[in-house]
Amino acid sequence: MPTTSDVAKARATSRVEGNLLQVELGGIWEITKACPSWNDIVGKAKPARVQITLVELENWDSSLLLFLFEAQKWCVEAKAALDASGLPKNVRELLNQIVAAQGKDVPVDRFENPVTLVGQAVFDVWAKIKQISHFVGECTLASIRLAKNPIRFRWRDCISEMQQCGAMALPIVGLIGLLVGLTLAYTAAVLLREFGADIYVANFVGLVMVREMGPMMTGIILAGRTGAAFAATLGNMKAGEEIDAFETFGIRSVDFLVMPRMIAVTLMTPLLTLYANMLGIVGGLMVASGVLSIPPTAYWIQMQTSVDLSDLCSGVIKSITFGGIIGLSGCLRGLQSERSAIGVGRATTSAVVTAILLLIVADAIFAVLFNMLGI
Amino acid sequence: MDDLECGYDGRVLLQHVSFTVQPGELFFVIGGSGCGKSTLLKHMIGLQRPTAGTIRYFGESFTDAAPSRRRELLRTFGVLYQNSALWSSLTLRENITLPLEEYTPLSKHERNELAALRLAQVSLSGYEDYYPSEISGGMKKRAALARALTLDPAIVFFDEPSAGLDPVTSRKLDELILQIRETLGTTMIIVSHELDSIFSIADRVIMLEREAKGIIAEGKPLELAQTSRDPRVQEFLQRRAVLPATGA
Repeated sequence: MPTTSDVAKARATSRVEGNLLQVELGGIWEITKACPSWNDIVGKAKPARVQITLVELENWDSSLLLFLFEAQKWCVEAKAALDASGLPKNVRELLNQIVAAQGKDVPVDRFENPVTLVGQAVFDVWAKIKQISHFVGECTLASIRLAKNPIRFRWRDCISEMQQCGAMALPIVGLIGLLVGLTLAYTAAVLLREFGADIYVANFVGLVMVREMGPMMTGIILAGRTGAAFAATLGNMKAGEEIDAFETFGIRSVDFLVMPRMIAVTLMTPLLTLYANMLGIVGGLMVASGVLSIPPTAYWIQMQTSVDLSDLCSGVIKSITFGGIIGLSGCLRGLQSERSAIGVGRATTSAVVTAILLLIVADAIFAVLFNMLGI
Repeated sequence: MDDLECGYDGRVLLQHVSFTVQPGELFFVIGGSGCGKSTLLKHMIGLQRPTAGTIRYFGESFTDAAPSRRRELLRTFGVLYQNSALWSSLTLRENITLPLEEYTPLSKHERNELAALRLAQVSLSGYEDYYPSEISGGMKKRAALARALTLDPAIVFFDEPSAGLDPVTSRKLDELILQIRETLGTTMIIVSHELDSIFSIADRVIMLEREAKGIIAEGKPLELAQTSRDPRVQEFLQRRAVLPATGA
């Protein structure tokens, strides 16, 4: 019984005669329109021979080749003979080319079983730990070279980076600092009012800003702003083979690219932190005087009863460490970046995430350390 | 290069690669896409380490050298990368003076003079204060060549120097390469698949082939084109644009 697949203009009809499946193709075959599929035509038949001919074929494109290729593949798997002599010479040649190309390239086995994936992930983690240790070591050696010979350092680049990560970050750090101070004051006021202890808002805002929120919020802002910029710049340089060009000249990219950035961000972070602290305290002051009717001088004097030099120093020490972490992670991820646009994007994201994670870990370590030291 | 083997992720890309380049030679590494030409170049300039075999320069092992000695050997190389790899945050002058600043006792004035001379050698006088983003692709290649010559290297490596260039600019670059070899006697190792360049300026070539994972031919390009019986060599070297004959 003939089966027909009626699809718009492309036609494929088939007829089974004993062991032979005769297929007639005709009409207009266009890749943008629905065309007959080989599986529909062959159905459940298992012929020993397949003969394909063209009848009133008007126009054709890759859709016809695809149909023929599927037929060819089916014949090979079903061990049936394919008679394509009825096809025009150019169609046969194109079909042979596709078949030859498929046969030549060994398909890559991309299947990965979970055990392999876990094993590979363990190796990757170990390789990353080695890379990080190597990078930290390189930076340490570069610092020693800098200390021995400061004249050779790229001070011009360092100052330029200081402007980028320091001065240009003042508006956003200031705004965030002010808003965090405001929020802290409102939150503290809600509870302290119940005990008639509104004045202690000053202690709360001052202590939290100077010890924790100032360094942490500044660190997070710089991780997203400066760390990402470092990773993107170095990643792009890697993609453009500029890092390779340094290496082949024997110029250490750590000395030329990483150290100016590291020093710039490590110096600027504590300064920005102090600025954020100041604006956070001002934010608290605004709430205290505007909402709680606490005079500014009273607020200031009260704050000094709990915030002293050791609190300020602990915040500054944290912020210096955070600056180093941001520089390290941004530069490391940039140098590890793959040489593609998507690789640079991943490196930038990774730099921010790594920096923020390490900031929080470092903050926790400092909390324990300062507690043990009684600071 | 002595019995070099290289690859990555457990796959062998090239094996049993051995050849010698003579001083002052214009030596081409040719082959189709994906045969390992750029990988071989990266091994030669120390960006990757081979899995087996040795690379020697001036009789001294480069692969086994201590890091400090490797850095010294690197200073005898110049490299022209496929995408120029000019340092984008530096002007053309600064791209050239940076290696001078690192490795020579020249004063700033002397470094700037030498940079101007190098740029003049590649017909880029007047562009000293331009940034790489402000010049064309062909000019970047010439500026990168000037930078590669900064420390008077004994060997200059070229990675697809004609990539992205129009035929006229490509020919001018070939002429510049020849001129530099004649005036400075520099050895040049060029990775390329540009047949016009190969037949115009190459002294000797080696041909790599992907499936063979190594060298399948070595010799003078014209001789190989005329006498080699290897169909892969013939297919590669004979595929040149032939201008239609004009009726007269």
